[in-house]
Amino acid sequence: MDALQKKPFALVACFNSAPAIYHAAEKVRDHGFKSWDVFTPFPVHGLDRAMGMKRSTLPRMTLLGGTVGFLTGCLMTWFMNGYDYPLIVGGKPYWSPIFPFPVHYELTILFAAFGTFFGMFLWNRLPQHYHPVFDYPEFAKIMDDTFLVVIEAEDPKFDIEKTKEFLLSLGGHNVTLIEN
Amino acid sequence: MNLMEDSASQELLARVKPAHLEKPALVDNGRSFGWVTDKVCRIVEDKTPTWWWACFLVALCIAAFTFVGLAYLVSTGVGVWGETRPVYWAWDIVNFVFWIGIGHAGTLISAILCLLKQKWRTSINRAAEAMTIFAVCCAGIYPLFHVGRVWLVWWLLPIPTSNSIWPQFRSPLEWDVFAVSTYFTVSLLFWYMGMIPDLAVLRDRAVKVWRKYFYGILAMGWRGSNRHWSNYEMAYLMLAGLSTPLVLSVHTIVSFDFAASLLPGWHTTIFPPYFVAGAIFSGFGMVLTLMLPLRAIFGLHDLITQYHIDCMCKIILATGSMVGYAYSMEFFIAWYGANPYEGFAFINRAFGPYAWAYWIMIACNVISPQLFWFKFIRHNTALVWIICIFVNVGMWFERFVIIVTSLANDFLPSSWNYYSPTFVDIATFFGTFGLFSVLFLLFVRFLPLMPMAEIKAVMPQADVHGHDPKLPLHH
Repeated sequence: MDALQKKPFALVACFNSAPAIYHAAEKVRDHGFKSWDVFTPFPVHGLDRAMGMKRSTLPRMTLLGGTVGFLTGCLMTWFMNGYDYPLIVGGKPYWSPIFPFPVHYELTILFAAFGTFFGMFLWNRLPQHYHPVFDYPEFAKIMDDTFLVVIEAEDPKFDIEKTKEFLLSLGGHNVTLIEN
Repeated sequence: MNLMEDSASQELLARVKPAHLEKPALVDNGRSFGWVTDKVCRIVEDKTPTWWWACFLVALCIAAFTFVGLAYLVSTGVGVWGETRPVYWAWDIVNFVFWIGIGHAGTLISAILCLLKQKWRTSINRAAEAMTIFAVCCAGIYPLFHVGRVWLVWWLLPIPTSNSIWPQFRSPLEWDVFAVSTYFTVSLLFWYMGMIPDLAVLRDRAVKVWRKYFYGILAMGWRGSNRHWSNYEMAYLMLAGLSTPLVLSVHTIVSFDFAASLLPGWHTTIFPPYFVAGAIFSGFGMVLTLMLPLRAIFGLHDLITQYHIDCMCKIILATGSMVGYAYSMEFFIAWYGANPYEGFAFINRAFGPYAWAYWIMIACNVISPQLFWFKFIRHNTALVWIICIFVNVGMWFERFVIIVTSLANDFLPSSWNYYSPTFVDIATFFGTFGLFSVLFLLFVRFLPLMPMAEIKAVMPQADVHGHDPKLPLHH
């Protein structure tokens, strides 16, 4: 049973308001922690910068999806109307990028939306129906009106006692060690 | 240089004493985050109200008209609809354009108003998006069955068939297949993605086991991590940016179905913008028609405030005026274009055999929204609701006027005919309101009616640089 033995995952502290979590995040960032996170019931404006996070790279997936969609549209309309079964309709060329443009346009948007939607899950490693932070006693309230700072044990600066004191000094309460 | 730091401008500001304008509150009565959660979740969690069952059963019975109508159509033939020479497009296409137009307000609220940073959209966008999806479901029925042999409808899709003929991409009708199916898919993705954080709230509050599983699976393990929120917000912005050109293109392509033909009254370049304005106009009419009763039933007055109603009324006023402008511009171009057939088509619309429909359209779409110039009318909820019903009726008649008058009196007077719907036409259309209501009632009962996370994010307490200390943070 040794493999299943629990080891510390993170220290969690509760905060009560958006300004409190914002200032706490700034201090955790300035303290030099790397493996940590903030849990909020809604996207708090400005918190990304307070955590020292970079802009999300998700638009790359949107661009990729859109490009694939546009090329799929071109290839499909060319293959079907210009190559595999050419039809003369209205004296128009067998294939041109102009007349089926609405099809290319819609497929660009469709694939870009797929890229964005599935990219969001991929970037966030979701669905993940279990995560150690779910064990935190106050977790049920976090999507309601509670804010958490989570400092993970794998962070090089992590030390149960010192980090606990640090979280308390930020104004956090219910500081708890959660295990994995 | 920052104007505020300039000492001369400081002096100027001190002299003119600029008025301090209050921003209207988006959540009235200084409610807390917890109050919002509780209010929205209780709609789903409380015991099913009796009125819900009553409405649901009535809606099911009404929906049966559509199903019976369609079954009769398939087993007998498209002849059971009233379409006959020369009116081969009639109620089916009228109803298709009517329903798809209604859907557009949902996307306008969730996408265009998001890009324009209109924060008041938050409390109505979820229900409006649901309305979009259900309206597109109702709309989709018509072209599917109008092809005649509904079991061969998959020939519209680019799938290899045994006769090895592919779809023909020069036709606006084929563009429509791509536009409407893309619109449905993207709206569904956007709607679901927006719901994930709220489904997590319902999961965390769930007491019954089936609820834990149902909302747990749907919530995808969302845990509110800010590293997730960052990607999520970006995805939301991207989808809003994609939905905006999408929604404009969908009704543009629907209007191409007409504008790309050579029929007087259809072959006009004003159609795309005019159709889009009309779609948004009718959609907002439907949003208010649905939200005002829900607001009264669930006591959501603090979330859908008078300010929200004012904003929506003003959009109806603006788009209604655009539609009125388009009607007059059509007439002007018919005269200015000096084409006698075009001229006849329009004179015939206003004074011909369908004049009654034309003037219903003008009264409902051009005159009734002008009442929203008056504040006392915007503040009278019952009156707003009645005017919105007029808008819905008027927009149905707009499509009827466009489609039927142009076809009924075509180039050859010997083939002219007066179109009347059959009972099957009427029953099938009547039933779609039941189908729409069934879907919407299920949504109200089982999914979060309002985006709690988005509402909380626009509340004053969400401002990280401090807020009014009098406002409560918790219950």
